[in-house]
Amino acid sequence: MTTTNRIERHHYDVVVIGAGGAGLRAAIEARLAGKKTAIISKSLFGKAHTVMAEGGAAAAMGNVNSRDNWQVHFRDTMRGGKFLNNFRMAELHAKESPQRIWELETYGALFDRTKDGKISQRNFGGHEYPRLAHVGDRTGLELIRTLQQKIVSLQQEDKANLGSYDARIKVFAETTITELLLDGDKVAGAFGYYRESGEFVLFEAPAVVLATGGVGRSYKVTSNSWEYTGDGHALALRAGATLINMEFLQFHPTGMVWPPSVKGILVTESVRGDGGVLKNSEGKRFMFDYVPDVFRKQYADNEAEADRWYKDPDNNRRPPELLPRDEVARAINSEVKAGRGTPAGGVYLDIASRLPADEIRRRLPSMYHQFKELADVDITKEPMEVGPTCHYVMGGVEVDPDSGAAFGSVRGLFAAGEVSGGMHGSNRLGGNSLSDLLVFGKRSGGHAASYLDQLPARPKVSMEALEAAVETALAPLQRDTGENPYHLQQDLQAVMGDLVGIIRREGELADALGRLAELRERVAKVSAAGGRRYNPGWHLALDLRNMLVVSECTAKAALERQESRGGHTREDFPAMDPKWRRVNLVCSLEGDAVRLAHKPLPRMRPELIGLFDRAELGKYLTDEELADFDALVSDADAEEAGN
Amino acid sequence: MGTKRHFRVWRGDENGGDLQDYQVEVNEGEVVLDIIHRLQATEAPDLACRWNCKAGKCGSCSMEINGMPKLGCMTRMSTFEENETVTVTPLRTFPVVRDLVTDVSFNYEKARETPAFAPPAGVAPGDYRMQQVDVERSQEFRKCIECFLCQNVCHVVRDHEENKQAFSGPRYFIRAAELDMHPLDAKTDRKEYAQSDMGLGFCNITKCCTEVCPEHIKITDNGIIPMKERVVDRRYDPLVWLGSKIFRRGQVPQTSVTSASHSGAVHSSTAKGGLHSHAGGSHDPRAEAQAQSGVNWHREVPRPTVPAVDANGRLPLTELTFDRAAAPSPFGDDVTFPLPPEHLNFAHPEQDKH
Repeated sequence: MTTTNRIERHHYDVVVIGAGGAGLRAAIEARLAGKKTAIISKSLFGKAHTVMAEGGAAAAMGNVNSRDNWQVHFRDTMRGGKFLNNFRMAELHAKESPQRIWELETYGALFDRTKDGKISQRNFGGHEYPRLAHVGDRTGLELIRTLQQKIVSLQQEDKANLGSYDARIKVFAETTITELLLDGDKVAGAFGYYRESGEFVLFEAPAVVLATGGVGRSYKVTSNSWEYTGDGHALALRAGATLINMEFLQFHPTGMVWPPSVKGILVTESVRGDGGVLKNSEGKRFMFDYVPDVFRKQYADNEAEADRWYKDPDNNRRPPELLPRDEVARAINSEVKAGRGTPAGGVYLDIASRLPADEIRRRLPSMYHQFKELADVDITKEPMEVGPTCHYVMGGVEVDPDSGAAFGSVRGLFAAGEVSGGMHGSNRLGGNSLSDLLVFGKRSGGHAASYLDQLPARPKVSMEALEAAVETALAPLQRDTGENPYHLQQDLQAVMGDLVGIIRREGELADALGRLAELRERVAKVSAAGGRRYNPGWHLALDLRNMLVVSECTAKAALERQESRGGHTREDFPAMDPKWRRVNLVCSLEGDAVRLAHKPLPRMRPELIGLFDRAELGKYLTDEELADFDALVSDADAEEAGN
Repeated sequence: MGTKRHFRVWRGDENGGDLQDYQVEVNEGEVVLDIIHRLQATEAPDLACRWNCKAGKCGSCSMEINGMPKLGCMTRMSTFEENETVTVTPLRTFPVVRDLVTDVSFNYEKARETPAFAPPAGVAPGDYRMQQVDVERSQEFRKCIECFLCQNVCHVVRDHEENKQAFSGPRYFIRAAELDMHPLDAKTDRKEYAQSDMGLGFCNITKCCTEVCPEHIKITDNGIIPMKERVVDRRYDPLVWLGSKIFRRGQVPQTSVTSASHSGAVHSSTAKGGLHSHAGGSHDPRAEAQAQSGVNWHREVPRPTVPAVDANGRLPLTELTFDRAAAPSPFGDDVTFPLPPEHLNFAHPEQDKH
C-alpha cells in the first residue's frame, strides 16, 4: 500500500503510447479536439524509429504522373498485400494520404519539389506510378521533425493562452509503459516507469492510443532499434484485445551485411528505383530469373527493356529489381543458398556502374554518407553488400478500420501505425508505412477523443491492479538467482531468426514453439543487476516478457497458415492458396496462453473489387468468389444496358 | 578474430563517479557503440547509455570519445591504434544522469522557446508551391538529427552554466536560419529574434559546432554567419553597438554617425567627407583599414593549437582526474579576485599624468 501511495499520478483525457509518426499525429489530433493529451516516449522526443524511413511517403497526389489516383494506389496496396489486406483500411489510406501529406507542409515540412514547385514523387517497388513524397533519403526524419515541431507550436499556443506549455499536451520522454489498467472492460489508465529515475508513474486516462511500432528486436538481424520489443502488441493482448496477421513479417531485401556491426541497417529501395541492380557473385543480374507469373505483365524479362523503363516508363515494363520486397528477399535468399552469395552472405547491389558519381551523391546523399562512414565503402565506386533483414511486422492489433478502436473485449483502446494490423495484409509496400502513420494516427487520435465524449463516467484504476503492476515491474530487480536478460534475449533472437525467419518449415516451427515455452519459464525468473536508475538491464528484463508473448503469436500463426503469401514463406507449402486468403488468424490471450482462431476476411465492396481485372483476381480468389465477381459484373452490364 | 582492447568508461551519477577500466573483445568492423553493448551484455549489464538506430540517423548515442564529442555508432574502432586506450565519457555540458546518459532537457526547453513555423495566410494545403533551389537552403538545416553535439561543444555554455539562460545554442540558430530561409514562412523577424532572444550575439564563430556535426551541416558558414551579417545590417549586433558608443565619445569627430550606423559601421559612408572608423581613435593605418572594411565574419579562424602532451600522447592531467569540477582558472591558482590595486598595471589618462 505504501508503495502505491507514493506513485506519481497524472490525469489525462488521452494517453498516446509511442512518439513515432503515428503517436505524434494521434496526439496532435486529440489535442486539436480539445483533449488533454499525454505522449509517452520510450526514448527522447524525436528519436523514434520513424527517422529510419528513407524512401518516402506514398500518396496518390499525381504530381509527377497525373494518371495516378486513389484507386490505383488502392489497387497497388491490395496487390502488394496479396489481397489479404483489410480493404477498408487500404481504401481510407489511399483516399486520405494526399491530404495528410499536404497538411505536413502547413506544419513546415519541406519536401523535394517538382519543376512546377509541387511536391516531387519518386518511384518505388510495387507502386505503379511515381508516388512517394520524399526529402532526399531522409523522409522519416523530416516527418518526425515536422510533427515534433507541430507539437511544439501547439504547446506555444497553450503557453500564450493558458500560461503553460504543458497545459494541454505534454511529452513524457524516456518513459516506458509496462501495463494497461482496466476498470471492467474499459481502459482506466497506464502504468510505467521513468527511465532516468526508475520511479513509477501512473497515467489515469479513459482512452489510450497504442503507437508503439513493431517487434523486430526478437530477431538477430534487424533494422529495428532496442525499443521495438512488441510492447503495444503485448499490452493490447493482456488488456483483452486481439492481434491479427502475426505470421507476416517483412524482411527488407536489402539490409547491409558488412561490416558486422551494422548488419541489418537498411539500404533504401530507392537505390533500386534510381537504377541500382542486384548481382550475384558471378556478376549475373539474377532478378530476371525470379519474376513470378502474377507479375509477368508489369515486369521486364530482359535487361534492354528494363533499362529503357527508367527513361520511358509508359512504353516499357519495370525492371525486376523493383518487384515487391518479399519477392526480392526470397530471390536473394535463394542465390545465397545456391552458393552465389558474397563472402559476407549477401549479394551485390550495384549503383556505381549505373549512374555518374555526382548523380549518386545528389540522389542518395545519406546512403552515400552512411556507407562511407560506417563501412568505408564508396558507393559511387564499388557495389554494396546486401541481404534480407527483419524490418516490419504487418500483423498487429485488430482494429476497427474507421476508428482504430481495438477489437476484443476491451474498450477505450486504439491503435495506429505498425502496432495495428490489417492495413498491409500479408506484405507492405515501401512508402505505405509513412502515409499509414499519418492517416490512421489522425483517425485514432480523433476517435479516441470522440470516444471520451460519449463516455458517461471516467473509469477508475483499482488498487489491486496497480499493486500487481508494481510487483511485476520490481520482480527482476529483487531476484538475484535468475539469468542475465541479455543472454535470454540472444537465445530468443536465435530461436526466432533460425526457426521462424524468412523461410519456414513445419518441423522447425513446432520446435520453435517448444523452445519458446522453455524460454517463457526462464524469462519468468530473469534477474537484473543494479538499481532502478537508468538501468538498461532491468528495462530489457521487463521488455522480454512482451517480446516472448508476441514471438509465440508469430510462431503459432506461422505454423497454422499452410501456404506462402507475402511475408510468410513456408518451404513445405510454397504456393499461395486462395482458401487461405479468406482467413485472418487472430491471436488472443487466455490466462497466460496464446489462443489462435480463424476469422473470415471482410468482403470487399463491389465498386472496389470492380477496380481489378478478372485475370488478376483469378490468381487470388477462390472459384466461388470468382463466380460472385462474374455475377456482379454481368449485373452491372445489364444495368448499363437497361439505362 | 577478436582482440582484447583497453577501455575506460566513466561510471557514476550526479553525486560523482570515476573512470572504470575494462578489457573488451573488439572485432573487425565494429564501432564504439558495439563495444558498449558488449560491456552491457557481459560485465556491466547496468551500464547506462542512450542509443536507438545505430546508423547515425537518430542522434541518441552522443558521447565524448577520447575527449572528442562523437556519435558512438559512427566511430569505427579501426580509427584507433590496436594498443590505444579508448576513454568514453558523458557529454560534459549537460548534467549527468547516470554513466554515459546526460540530462539534455536544456535543448528541449530551447526548442520550445523558438517560435514555430508560421503558415502563410490564405494558402490552402496542397497549394504550396516552392522551387527546389529555394527549399534546399533550409533542407540543409533540416538534416539535423538533434544529437546535440554542437550544443555540447559550444564554449558559450560548455564552461558557463550561467549563459544557458540567455543562449539557445547552434542547434537553434540553424532552426531559426531554416525558418528564416523557408520560402513560405510568414514570420519576418527570425534574425532579430535570434539576436534579441536566442543570444546569437554570444557566438563568436569558433566553428567548433560545425566541426563536430555528424551530418556535416555548415552550421556557422551557412546558418549563423548569414544571420549575423544581416542582423548587423539592422544595427542589433553588440559589436556594432559598441562601435557606435565608442564613436560617440567624440574621439573621431569627423562625422556624426549615430543611429544611421547601418551605412556608417559597415559600409563606411563618407557622408561628410573623410574617413571614419567605429573602432575608436586609432591612428594605426592597418587597424584603420581593417575597421573600414567592417567586421570580417568570413575570416579564417586559426585552428586550435595542440596542447602539450606526455610520452603517451595524453594530456598530463585530464578533466576527469582533476580535483575540481570545470576548468581551472586561466589566471592561475594563486591569483584571487579582486586584485589589490597595487597589482594593477593600469594608468589613468588624467590622474596618473607625470
